[in-house]
Amino acid sequence: MSYGKLDYRNGDLPRGEPQMFRMNAQNITKPQTRTLPRHLRRLEAESIEIMREVVAEFSKPVMLYSIGKDSSVMLHLAQKAFYPAKVPFPLLHVDTTWKFREMISFRDETAQRLGINLIVHVNQDGIERGINPIDSGSTLHTQVMKTDALKQALDLYGFDAAFGGARRDEEKSRAKERIFSFRSQGHVWDPRNQRPELWNLFNTRSRKGETMRVFAISNWTELDVWEYIMLENIPVVPLYFAKQRWVVHRNGTLIMVDDERLPLAPDETPELKMMRFRTLGCYPLSGAIESDAANIKDIVAEMQVATLSERQGRLIDTDEVASMEKKKREGYF
Amino acid sequence: MDTDALRELTFTDSKDQLRFITCGSVDDGKSTLIGRFLHDSKAIYEDQLQALARDSVKHGTTGDDIDFALLVDGLEAEREQGITIDVAYRFFTTPRRSFMVADTPGHEQYTRNMATGASNAQLAVILIDARKGVLVQTKRHSYICSLLGIRHVVVALNKMDLVDYRKEVFDRIVDDYVDFASNLGFTSIAAIPISARYGDNIIRLSRNTDWFHGPCLLDYLESIDIQSETAGLPFRFPVQWVNRPNLDFRGYAGTVVSGSIAVGDEIVIPASGRNSRVKQIVTYDGDLVRAEAGDAVTITLTDEIDIGRGDIIAKPTERPEVADQFAAHLIWMDQEPMVPGRSYAFRIGTQSIASGSITAMKYRIDVNTGAHVAARTLSLNEIGFCNIATVLPAAFDAYEANRRTGSFIVIDRDTNRTVGAGMIAFPLRRAANIAWQPLSLGKKERAALKHQRPCIIWFTGFSGAGKSTIANLVDQKLFAMSYHTMLLDGDNLRHGLNRDLGFTESDRVENIRRAGEVAKLMVDSGLLVICSFISPYKAERDMVRDLVDDGEFIEVFVDTPIGECVRRDPKGLYAKAKSGTIKNFTGIDAPYEAPSAPEIHLTTLNQQPERLADTVLNCLATRGIIVPANRTEN
Repeated sequence: MSYGKLDYRNGDLPRGEPQMFRMNAQNITKPQTRTLPRHLRRLEAESIEIMREVVAEFSKPVMLYSIGKDSSVMLHLAQKAFYPAKVPFPLLHVDTTWKFREMISFRDETAQRLGINLIVHVNQDGIERGINPIDSGSTLHTQVMKTDALKQALDLYGFDAAFGGARRDEEKSRAKERIFSFRSQGHVWDPRNQRPELWNLFNTRSRKGETMRVFAISNWTELDVWEYIMLENIPVVPLYFAKQRWVVHRNGTLIMVDDERLPLAPDETPELKMMRFRTLGCYPLSGAIESDAANIKDIVAEMQVATLSERQGRLIDTDEVASMEKKKREGYF
Repeated sequence: MDTDALRELTFTDSKDQLRFITCGSVDDGKSTLIGRFLHDSKAIYEDQLQALARDSVKHGTTGDDIDFALLVDGLEAEREQGITIDVAYRFFTTPRRSFMVADTPGHEQYTRNMATGASNAQLAVILIDARKGVLVQTKRHSYICSLLGIRHVVVALNKMDLVDYRKEVFDRIVDDYVDFASNLGFTSIAAIPISARYGDNIIRLSRNTDWFHGPCLLDYLESIDIQSETAGLPFRFPVQWVNRPNLDFRGYAGTVVSGSIAVGDEIVIPASGRNSRVKQIVTYDGDLVRAEAGDAVTITLTDEIDIGRGDIIAKPTERPEVADQFAAHLIWMDQEPMVPGRSYAFRIGTQSIASGSITAMKYRIDVNTGAHVAARTLSLNEIGFCNIATVLPAAFDAYEANRRTGSFIVIDRDTNRTVGAGMIAFPLRRAANIAWQPLSLGKKERAALKHQRPCIIWFTGFSGAGKSTIANLVDQKLFAMSYHTMLLDGDNLRHGLNRDLGFTESDRVENIRRAGEVAKLMVDSGLLVICSFISPYKAERDMVRDLVDDGEFIEVFVDTPIGECVRRDPKGLYAKAKSGTIKNFTGIDAPYEAPSAPEIHLTTLNQQPERLADTVLNCLATRGIIVPANRTEN
């Protein structure tokens, strides 16, 4: 078949190039036994490879476990990566003491079910100073109870590599993050001085006091995460599924009244609403969405027509311009 | 839109992922194109659009329209300066494919980032401004894509709206491009006329270009067949980690990077030549009969053979190369220029190689023209072709044959920065032709005859610090104690063996390399070798350290402040350096990297050389290298 000069415009071969290459590529069609779509299989294998690199190259790795859907996926991948051995590192949960109660019970059940060592760290200094998301403001609360607390815990146990569940599709500065993100002494991230990361050749070298944050699911999107949770039957916190819960309207979002610590303004009356969360954090800082999506299929369907990003529910991101980049420079995961 | 239909499609088994890179110069509209993809495929949400609208007013360049470029320029400095500094990864998905886009800056000074983005891309979208045609930058981007192994290219003729969507403009530029690119080894080139700003021919065909019959850019990206290019290649399985949960299980965890393997297949470890068969292919989801390119699995073998991280498992009929010298293209990525002969760390596949060096620079490549230029070194963002030698043999393939087993990175041993990235061209056969001649007598026997433990005692410090004085005293004292010693002095070696060397960084590296090799030979002959060299760079001192066994390299830091050395100036050299008669003089116009953890640290101010020499002897005694009391009694 020939259309003269225009052949290459339809993806045909340019002049004089060997035809063999393409024919070979086409001849190889392989039957798949697994039910995962190919793009998820590729992401899964890539994440497993990253996790194995960390365990092979670092002496004391840890997995930052935030209890959210991304952490659930990471933990599932870790079980796959090291099977038949057990997951060869502990989980670290930095507890601000303001997480949803359902998150905490899910966390403890998960650790027990999988027989994994769970470390819970609270910044006692912050507790003594009375830091909380309501009176201190979200910026100070996040700085003290999350960022500082994380750095404390990493230093306390001497972890030299920490897995984080952040994804590049979440936020602008995350899009420029490396998979192996080098942190100098004091856990500082310097976005202008990152190590180039080519192929799958990760530079894992560091000196004493320097650490690595490793984002094993960097290349997953929110949709990938939910599809994978569905196809692999991964347990997640029930707060992701729609249910009637007590909420108040605040700053244009829905805040769940998870316990008696949430002060109510005179004009705020909790009401029962069918709602769910797309993202989980400290309950006074996590905005819910009105939704009827009570199972993962519904969630995925809802995402297809969603008009707002998942981080929209996170009050901490919009504190100030480029606030994620700033927090990350200071050591936020 | 019918969400049920979409959901069905989302889970089709055949949905795969395409990773591509967009290349273009500053104003070609690269970020606008990606922003358009994200927007039109609904990967941007309303709150992000609102933020974008706010930013557009503040930093934007598109008047009242939303500036999509701001969506992808993630770092503060980028938004302020309106440029892309770093590689950004973006994601969007359609029912047929999910896409990962590496957005990289186009300026020449960011060749490093483009190479990074291209290293994992299967396809490149090269933007050309329809008003400008094929530019030097277009050629540079195409060359880098080709070098990094990208075989599929889409030429997106952007800003067609500004040339009235004329077919002649499109045809002329496409012909120019195809002429130029004919020797870059691309297997497919597609050309599409677009306007990123107005969306022509991106998601759907545009009425403005009725002479163009498609496919539009998204259709093309969704349908191009790029899968399984690794499936037809020889089987390669770099071992990442040995999985030993209990005494009964020993598995090799890794990812099949190319080809496939089945239970029962014969395998070989090319580095050792040991053979075995595949017993099991273990995964969490159950054992497999066959594993293919892209599968992360754990392999067990029928025999217990010595395999560790860094080994490649291959088939006996299709082995990779094993060599300790090879020729490669090298992209330099660090502010500090590459120094031939300097010891760097290497990472080839899962193999970490503690030390290796660039032994010969063949030429530098002008990335704008592809021309070969004579060069002795490489600076940031320069690409060259060179020979590399490593201390241990590595298993690899040519990059052209296999991107995963033919690539490597170069790491500065001191700062641990990734300073270079390379693509292996071919092994150097001379490595294979020179075998080690086995010798009947070794270091142990020769040293035993002398009743001593050989070692290198390496004095480092500024010129005039007192190295040679103290080294000479140590030599005399050891001799008096009946030890067989030899003293190598930097100045003295420069009269003979190193007569041809000057004082540039690369000559200094070679100076120390030769001295180190000589010292090693003398250690092999059983001697205590005392060396006195300024040896200003940590990398070279560590290179010598690596030449001998653990505990055989004693680094003595003769720590005299530069001010004091200048005051003493025993040879009048500092005076010459200051007047500019001598160039590259350590401490004046060349750096000195002080040892961070020397075995012996001598602070010389207000100390007598005799006392300092005794300090060295005491340290040698503490380390069990000499036995002063017994020896003198003998």
